[in-house]
Amino acid sequence: MAHLLEIHDLDVQFALRNGSITALKDINLTLEKGEKLGLVGESGAGKSVTGFAIINLISKPGYISKGRITFDGEEISALSDEKMRRIRGDKITMIFQDPMMTLNPVFKIGTQMIETLQAHRKISKSDARKIALDKLRKVQIPSPEQRLQQYPHELSGGMRQRIIIAIALLTDPSLIIADEPTTALDVTIQAEIMDLLQELCESDNMSLILITHDLAVVSQVTEKIVVMYAGKIIESGLTHEVIANPQHPYTTGLIKSIPGIIKPGEKLEQIPGMMPTLTKIPPGCAFNPRCNLREDICVKVTPELEEKAAGRLVACHMVKGK
Amino acid sequence: MSYGKRKVVTKEILKKMATPILKIDNIVKHFDISGGFLESIKFRNGRFKLEKTTVKAVNNVDLSINKGETLSVVGESGCGKSTLARLVLGIHTPNSGKISYRGTRIDNLSHRQMLPFRKKMQMIFQDPYASLNPRKTVQRTLEEPLRFHNPSMATEQINEKISQVMEQVGVDPAWTKRFPHEFSGGQRQRISIARGLILDPELIVADEPVSALDVSIQAQILNLLMETGKQRNLTYLFITHDLSVVRHISTRVAVMYLGTLCEVATAETLFTQPRHPYTRALLSAIPRVGETRAKHIKLKGEVPTPVHLPTGCVFHERCVYADKRCIAEVPLLNTLESGAHVACHAVEENRAMD
Repeated sequence: MAHLLEIHDLDVQFALRNGSITALKDINLTLEKGEKLGLVGESGAGKSVTGFAIINLISKPGYISKGRITFDGEEISALSDEKMRRIRGDKITMIFQDPMMTLNPVFKIGTQMIETLQAHRKISKSDARKIALDKLRKVQIPSPEQRLQQYPHELSGGMRQRIIIAIALLTDPSLIIADEPTTALDVTIQAEIMDLLQELCESDNMSLILITHDLAVVSQVTEKIVVMYAGKIIESGLTHEVIANPQHPYTTGLIKSIPGIIKPGEKLEQIPGMMPTLTKIPPGCAFNPRCNLREDICVKVTPELEEKAAGRLVACHMVKGK
Repeated sequence: MSYGKRKVVTKEILKKMATPILKIDNIVKHFDISGGFLESIKFRNGRFKLEKTTVKAVNNVDLSINKGETLSVVGESGCGKSTLARLVLGIHTPNSGKISYRGTRIDNLSHRQMLPFRKKMQMIFQDPYASLNPRKTVQRTLEEPLRFHNPSMATEQINEKISQVMEQVGVDPAWTKRFPHEFSGGQRQRISIARGLILDPELIVADEPVSALDVSIQAQILNLLMETGKQRNLTYLFITHDLSVVRHISTRVAVMYLGTLCEVATAETLFTQPRHPYTRALLSAIPRVGETRAKHIKLKGEVPTPVHLPTGCVFHERCVYADKRCIAEVPLLNTLESGAHVACHAVEENRAMD
């Protein structure tokens, strides 16, 4: 069976005045229909760029320098802007982090929802309105008729994020990319939004790519996990296996550094130093200056992402394979 | 000295030791947001009226912090936790209520009278990109408070102090000539902490000090705060919304909702036996690594605005246990057997059972 989404050997570069930097290197990913994938990493790891690359929205001076992205059997990385616009916002939709910024403050919710639908379907205003109402009910918004007449500033953050999810659902997409959808929200609202996304994916057999830095959220929502560091995938596998038994020293450190795993008051496991900027990636393994397992080979040879156990890919010299 | 007199003296010393380092007494802070004269004219029932709009940010909060403990105030955005922190430091003046530092009332002092207390209380802010002056070198940022509070201090002494504090927070003292933009987020937060420590304070108010940082850096900063806390016997008032951080670092926890305290307990008690319905909902919503999604308690509706506070218990509109009494009567903090203080009629009447 063909995959719903396949990213093959993707490189993304940003052309700067003094040479270009590589924001993504050798990204390989597959996603099946109905699957939920978590993309994890710290800021600057390249997780958002991966999301933008999929919908071909990398803004200049960035560009895809190598590789291809296939969606539903069609190579979308090579499509013209015109053709891509038909897929983006229709079959693949995106939810962004900040619900305050994503909605246009000068248009009513109804106008924004109907406009989105009419951009993708030949549909009358009243039919579009019906679909909009239907989707608002689906995301459990109370009194949806009234909401269509309201402006974004009249709604709370949680309500706005629900509306954005409703907008993402308008065209019945087969893939939703959610870039830090709950980072700007409070915990109780975060739990509700995550429940909602999970239920929607299951009821409509939608796929989800969840981009976040929060390992706890990823571990509760997704089936597969991809950990990124300095523009590369360093570990991937089934979420519960990776969380329970991380292989790459970075993943291990990341999980251990979360408060709540060890006893309160004890010293947290910490990864020394910080992620290198993309202009100064150290030779060999990008993680080597912070790694406690480092040996000579790590400084000289860049480790390949290899299958170290069934379904588990790790890019580390020190992790022994099967 | 007679025996009786000595006894009185001992008693006084004991009393002094038992006095909390900071005591907040029934404090209230309302902000007037009605704007100018024209903006406050409202049309009601066929006639024009002047109406004031006030945000009731903090309402009748009682809290005390003991020497050497870490008290965390948690709550969702808009619950008044940051306002409370600012009230403590005198950045806002309260509408009513008292704040005492080691038994001395400080909320009604003039700026000059407040000076000696400012040395004892320092603040660390959330965003290390915004809280450091971009036009000042690290040296200037750190020496300014020293020179201001100790005008007689010699330059060598100042430099010595700066390098000592820089070393403690893990930034190379040779970098004092640099500007904030030359540092990463984690290093900047270390410099903010250095600025907080430079006057050897007793109490540090930290408002979301790790929220803007990445996970691996967050662990570094939390470790640093815990270590320096132990070394210097610091008292922390920690403001945050991140409950897993709270559990890790706190001695006691106070949960706030809409400007009111719902529950105050030791971290251990609060996380193992939360009693207030809001605390329970809040704790059940924390995502935990490696656990499949447990059913969390869903709250009805949304947080009301602090402009129009609900009558009675501020939480009643969203609470499943709410009854007539909750709508009419404001619950007060009651001490339970576990030592926790809970403001809830349902808990008091044993209606809020699992």
